[in-house]
Amino acid sequence: MSGGGADRQGWLRLAPGVTLAMSLTPIGAGLIGTILPAFGWMPAIGAVDPGLGAWVALLAQLELPGAVMLTVWTGLAGTGLSLALALGFVATSHHRPLFRRLTGWLAPVLSLPHAALAIGLAFMIAPSGWIARLLSPWATGWGVPPDLWTDRDPLGLGLILGLVLKETPYLLLAILAALSHLDPARDLAAARTLGYTPAKAWLKVVGPRLYPLLRLPLYAVLAYALSVVDMALILAPATPPPLSVLILRWFHDPDLALRLQAAAASCLQLGLVGAAILGWAAMETIVTRLARPWLTDGKRGRAGAAARRFLAALQVATLGLSAASIAALALWSVAGRWRFPDDLPAVLSMNAWAAQGRRLAEPAIATLALGLLATAIALALTIACLENEQRRGIRLGSRGLILLYLPLLAPQIAFLPGAQIVMIAAGIDGGALAVLWCHLLYVLPYVFLSLGDAYRRLDMRHVDAASSLGAGPWTILWRVKLPLLLGPLLAAGAVGFAVSVALYVPTVFAGGGRISTLAIEAVNAMAGADRRAIGVAASLQAFLPLVAYALAILVPAAIGRRRVGRAP
Amino acid sequence: MSPGATGGRLDLDKVTLWIGPRQLFEPLTLSLAAGTIASIMGPSGSGKSALLAWIAGVPIPAFRATGRVVLDGRDVTDLAPENRRIGLVAQDDRLFRHLRVGENLEMALPAGEPVAKRHQLAEKSLTQLGLAGFQHRDVAGLSGGERARVSLLRAMLAEPLAVLLDEPFSKLDLPLRSQIRQGFLDYIRNRCVPALIATHDSADAQTAGGPVHILAGPPGILDGF
Repeated sequence: MSGGGADRQGWLRLAPGVTLAMSLTPIGAGLIGTILPAFGWMPAIGAVDPGLGAWVALLAQLELPGAVMLTVWTGLAGTGLSLALALGFVATSHHRPLFRRLTGWLAPVLSLPHAALAIGLAFMIAPSGWIARLLSPWATGWGVPPDLWTDRDPLGLGLILGLVLKETPYLLLAILAALSHLDPARDLAAARTLGYTPAKAWLKVVGPRLYPLLRLPLYAVLAYALSVVDMALILAPATPPPLSVLILRWFHDPDLALRLQAAAASCLQLGLVGAAILGWAAMETIVTRLARPWLTDGKRGRAGAAARRFLAALQVATLGLSAASIAALALWSVAGRWRFPDDLPAVLSMNAWAAQGRRLAEPAIATLALGLLATAIALALTIACLENEQRRGIRLGSRGLILLYLPLLAPQIAFLPGAQIVMIAAGIDGGALAVLWCHLLYVLPYVFLSLGDAYRRLDMRHVDAASSLGAGPWTILWRVKLPLLLGPLLAAGAVGFAVSVALYVPTVFAGGGRISTLAIEAVNAMAGADRRAIGVAASLQAFLPLVAYALAILVPAAIGRRRVGRAP
Repeated sequence: MSPGATGGRLDLDKVTLWIGPRQLFEPLTLSLAAGTIASIMGPSGSGKSALLAWIAGVPIPAFRATGRVVLDGRDVTDLAPENRRIGLVAQDDRLFRHLRVGENLEMALPAGEPVAKRHQLAEKSLTQLGLAGFQHRDVAGLSGGERARVSLLRAMLAEPLAVLLDEPFSKLDLPLRSQIRQGFLDYIRNRCVPALIATHDSADAQTAGGPVHILAGPPGILDGF
């Protein structure tokens, strides 16, 4: 018995190594598979002459400067606006009842897949979109859709708005998680008795301590915004598109020679993200130095109710626009005749669901299976890592945290094509296993991050009590810890599942075109002009993670009720 | 004496605290002139800390309060803490950990003075309480007595109209205690503001010299004692 226990204990010690290897192997392989072809080495297509030919071809592309500028502009603007909105709202409203009420809505909004949200947003802001319909003709005078491209505007404003809708709730949740480590209430009270308004108190007393904890999530947002593919395919201008879209286009071009050029562009994409993160870090140093005298200049701030209301209204508007976007998807999927500028469809019909349902069944099942499997594996690995931590009394250091974040910091479009090339060479491409592995790469960090805090805060008195009754560590894990953690486990599972359902680039490249999911179907549907078909695919994609979230909330509540009912 | 450091009068009118339906003490009414340091005494759990926090405008959520707080004839009961100008030296450490000692003090100084003048004011105030040369110290490295004095200085540099002190000497060793207490209370007296000090040590109340109020539970609560 004790021998077996020791063996299993030894197995547990391998957990962190296995977990890291699972995420670092594809990244490393992907980088090699990208860098070698960029410099002319890709035997699979007969390229065996190392050289700079791919770079010369890349730099000769007339679209390149515009694509790079658009990428940098939309990425920085999307990240900066999201951060300003999130920080501005928390700083001005942290002491208001609205704050608590609004934060409850963040998780479900965050679970919305990027593609579905982007499509819904396009349905809202297009010249013939819902907003124009609701305002026409009484406010705009439009009887027909105007000749404006509000969704694919040349400045990429639609893409920036989409990024803001997606990243502001993410940063807000990251801020809330960081605040739970800081216990800011006492410091805020002290600053306010010194005469500081709530907003100034927050900015001068909480902000400087919060920012270091926000750094990694923020860099992940920056990397994502600079390299996003699915949202860019839907919302960004097409001539020129952002760099990430060019890369995707070249990798899938029938002309195989373009693969080398695409690999060089992937390296450029990686360089852009790296430079942006380094540049942001340099800005942090400068701002920190310049802000030091500002912290102690004694300016207390004014009442600022107008600013507070404005920022709160913006926050409600971004969450509301996300919700309305999903509603627009659902509505279009069941719309019969819906003429411009009617507010609502004249008739509802299930025709689109009937027509698309059969075709989407297989991708829907694939999405469900991938999400459930990736989440289950991620949960098992995370529990093994955390249990190993707890039994050995160690904690994940900051270096470990960066390794955990690495898949979120490395732009997908920069290494996943390379990973595909390596997988082809190894003969494991295009299979379900390859796709599952690539999903796990992204599901794992989010599951780990959302379960970690709850696991470490577990009340150890229960464990000690069980231990004193003679229970072994595995019994305690199964009979005490996991049941106590049911709520956080389901919540982490819902997060992991939502991440998997949203993944586009990993599915495209690891699947090699042979495995389709709802993310791919939704993006591909946008190429056609049938809003009803698009609505069906995208609302189905948005629906799955919402169900997962509902279950994560309802199941623990139902079990709690049953326990109460059983009590004498 | 620096301008604006003179307070007026602090009045509490029938103030009492509640936890749910339970009243913690008989309604308290008092009137403090500038320069008076009154003491509030009572056993731990009698609501001293919660009372001071409520007067300062940063109530502790579990407590409900009734009564009025009047400062210089102005009813401040419903004002936000930043609009009351009541300083609070809390029992637990509330120095800002991301700032050095001097910066904690400069943050409390009113805005408007040039940077060099702010440094100078902070430095001078540290000297007054025997902390000369402390401005570049890290807050985390301070002893209990040093923390208490920096906290008091920070509260006073904001030029409050009244100041509340919650067990400021409870963490000090006895020999050190009487020495620091004397300097501490003299400093407050010299600033000429009404002060209210919560303590369970009658020596604190004696040195303070002002009226002493005992927080007595309403009939029924202390019957078991």
